[in-house]
Amino acid sequence: MSDEYEHKLEAKSDYVADTSSVSTPDIDSVPDAELPDQELYHSHSWWTTYVFSQDAKYIGIQYALTAIGTGLLGLVLSWLMRIQLAFPGLGWLDPASYYQFVTMHGMIMVVYLLTALFLGGFGNLLIPLMCGARDMAFPYVNMLSYWAFVVAVLVLLASFFVPGGPTGAGWTLYPPQAITAGTPGSDMGIILMLISLILFVAGFTMGGLNYIVTVLQLRARGMTLMRLPLTIWGIFTATVLAMFAFPALLVGCLMMTLDSLIGTSFFMPAMVSLGEKLTYEGGSPILFQHLFWFFGHPEVYIVALPAFGIVSDLLSVHSRKTIFGYRMMVWAIVGIGALSFFVWAHHMYVSGMNPWFGFFFATTTLIIAVPTAIKVYNWILTLWRGNIVLSLPMLFSLGFIVTFLNGGLTGLFLGNVTVDVPLSDTYFVVAHFHMVMGIAPILVVFGAIYHWYPLITGRMMNEALGKVHFWITFIGSYAIYFPMHYQGFVGVPRRYFEIYDSPYIDTSTLLLNKFITIAVLIVGAAQLLFLYNLFASARLGKKAEKNPWKANSLEWQTPQMPAEHGNWGKELPKVYRWPYDFSVPGAKEDYIPQNQPPSEIIGAKVEKT
Amino acid sequence: MSEKKSIFQLLTEKPWEKDQIESDNKHQGQTLSLTKQKLGLRTVMAASTVLFSLFVVAYSDRMLVSDWRNMPEPWLLWLNTGILVISSLVFHQTTKYAKKEIYDKTKNSLYFIGFLAYSFLIGQLIVWYQLMHNGYYATSNVANAFFYLFTTIHGLHIIGGIYFWGKTTSKFIKKSLKKDEINNLIDICAVYWHFLLAVWLVLFGLMLSS
Repeated sequence: MSDEYEHKLEAKSDYVADTSSVSTPDIDSVPDAELPDQELYHSHSWWTTYVFSQDAKYIGIQYALTAIGTGLLGLVLSWLMRIQLAFPGLGWLDPASYYQFVTMHGMIMVVYLLTALFLGGFGNLLIPLMCGARDMAFPYVNMLSYWAFVVAVLVLLASFFVPGGPTGAGWTLYPPQAITAGTPGSDMGIILMLISLILFVAGFTMGGLNYIVTVLQLRARGMTLMRLPLTIWGIFTATVLAMFAFPALLVGCLMMTLDSLIGTSFFMPAMVSLGEKLTYEGGSPILFQHLFWFFGHPEVYIVALPAFGIVSDLLSVHSRKTIFGYRMMVWAIVGIGALSFFVWAHHMYVSGMNPWFGFFFATTTLIIAVPTAIKVYNWILTLWRGNIVLSLPMLFSLGFIVTFLNGGLTGLFLGNVTVDVPLSDTYFVVAHFHMVMGIAPILVVFGAIYHWYPLITGRMMNEALGKVHFWITFIGSYAIYFPMHYQGFVGVPRRYFEIYDSPYIDTSTLLLNKFITIAVLIVGAAQLLFLYNLFASARLGKKAEKNPWKANSLEWQTPQMPAEHGNWGKELPKVYRWPYDFSVPGAKEDYIPQNQPPSEIIGAKVEKT
Repeated sequence: MSEKKSIFQLLTEKPWEKDQIESDNKHQGQTLSLTKQKLGLRTVMAASTVLFSLFVVAYSDRMLVSDWRNMPEPWLLWLNTGILVISSLVFHQTTKYAKKEIYDKTKNSLYFIGFLAYSFLIGQLIVWYQLMHNGYYATSNVANAFFYLFTTIHGLHIIGGIYFWGKTTSKFIKKSLKKDEINNLIDICAVYWHFLLAVWLVLFGLMLSS
């Protein structure tokens, strides 16, 4: 690349006064590496290359495809539920299957799609590449992590085929009803669900170990923490959260498994079921709720923080501008992560808690809105006077900002105890969390896939198809969830499998239910377009040039694109700057990659932020 | 670049400023001066600490309900605790032998540690047998259930430790690693052993005091 810049050499340097020599070793020089290069595992057979791969890039793709495959099942389940809700007289689903589908849809989307895709998929793909490492710190453990996830998914899917079907306890799996006769899947289904979650946590812990150690210890020379792209900050912080939050889920799952299998009374109170007194006594269902939400609320940010990070990078690259307030963005990510452990009980306002307890959690919930709002302002200020390119990643990022803002604002309503109590368990809640942690992160996922697709396949995805996909998905999601806010206000309860004409239900609800279902089917069908684009473009897509988006971060600077095994050829990259030097005055190009030596860009004056 | 920086110093760096650029360019790419195995172990210990703390919280919460019946602590548990203390002490000594390159003593004490770890597990199983023999089943009271749960999870951690102890010992005997690398592994196992002793003391203390 250096030859492009040679004519600039007479220009004055910002860094050094003396520009007489051509390639000043002074300003390019980096101290010799004190740390040995990483030893890599080299695969020898088809099995160890493509199936039991230890290369983080492959593992990332494996994770992503498995997660998306499972997510498709979740999508189909949502169609089935919506058809039932729109046409209550039809007898499309019985109540048991409706509850089972609600449960499986929720669990699949939150844990097996979003968590696995953001951390397992994007984490594995991007962490080594963006940090300038050859691979993860412990590649073998990384491989185990993926296969534990696969087994977890298989166990989850197996629950569809056992007597009684999958559990229908709702994704929160509250005892006692989750393991009491009368709830669908209360024997086998719930056990398989709990085992699947335990496996998922075990697998994730192995992956998380890798992400943390790799980000902290295996970066390229010159890559300080504050030179990392925000994507890595988001994924890293989310991983730390997950390492602290998943144990709570594990504890809950283990104790409930024992309650169900051998009849201990950790969570099960003394109760009468079907006219018979059960052997349980004294257990505390509220304890499970606390454990579940101590995991469950950080889980929201485990999904949201990588999305925040990724969207920051997409916005910066596609508006050719430095991210506004980089340090503030990092602090906000870290701050949100820390605060997310102090808000869990706002999911339990109606569980009969002390009002002061609710007051405390309402306060922390509102405090967490501060760093979140800072992030939204900074995204908008990044766009301000930027050279906005309405590429697919940009469209999806813009869609994310609006949707996240929308979902965040309804969160302010639900975070207040007094407002929450009448809205609790209505469609308002459903609309809120789908906006904020369903649609918003999924838009980022799409944007990220369109953005990093050339990095994986060397080809671009089809732009026209992508635009159709974006507009249908974006407008469609509003057609689905805006009416749900209204339904919530008029008091339509969630988790009812059939809502028909009655004195308690507004007629408009029935009409809206039909409207929402039609929108759901259309949006769902648009995802088939995306899938076609995803798979067909690998063969038919336009060949991508190297670094097609003219981005600065290291993942685009590998000698080969897609990167080969070991990522960096012979020499590991050296990093000279942060990844946000876009449109630098005096530079020939409007971007300066992180690993470009200062001598090649002598004319450039780095913008003061 | 091994100068120590606090997390606040790290997070307030201004990566776009000239002075910062100069010092950043000299950065070696490592945040903490730890081997990756050591940091990995710390991460695992942090996650395990959260796990056990949550068990302790659940235990303390569940204890307050009136159906709680305390379980007797068999004297064998004291013996098992002693075994764990001794193995931790021996491991501490082993790291010193390994650093001084006293091959025989290191090898023997590694074997002895393995023996102690297996004895601890067998001892715990005997405690289980005794308790069940006397009618303290997991289903008869939740206090018993917590005891079985704690010992199982702690035992699984020990089994994980034995797996890595085995790998380390075989590498030590085969002499397939450099001195620093093998010492690193022995150090890590030792730290993990101390950690599991600490966890056990907390759990045992909790059960004694309730």
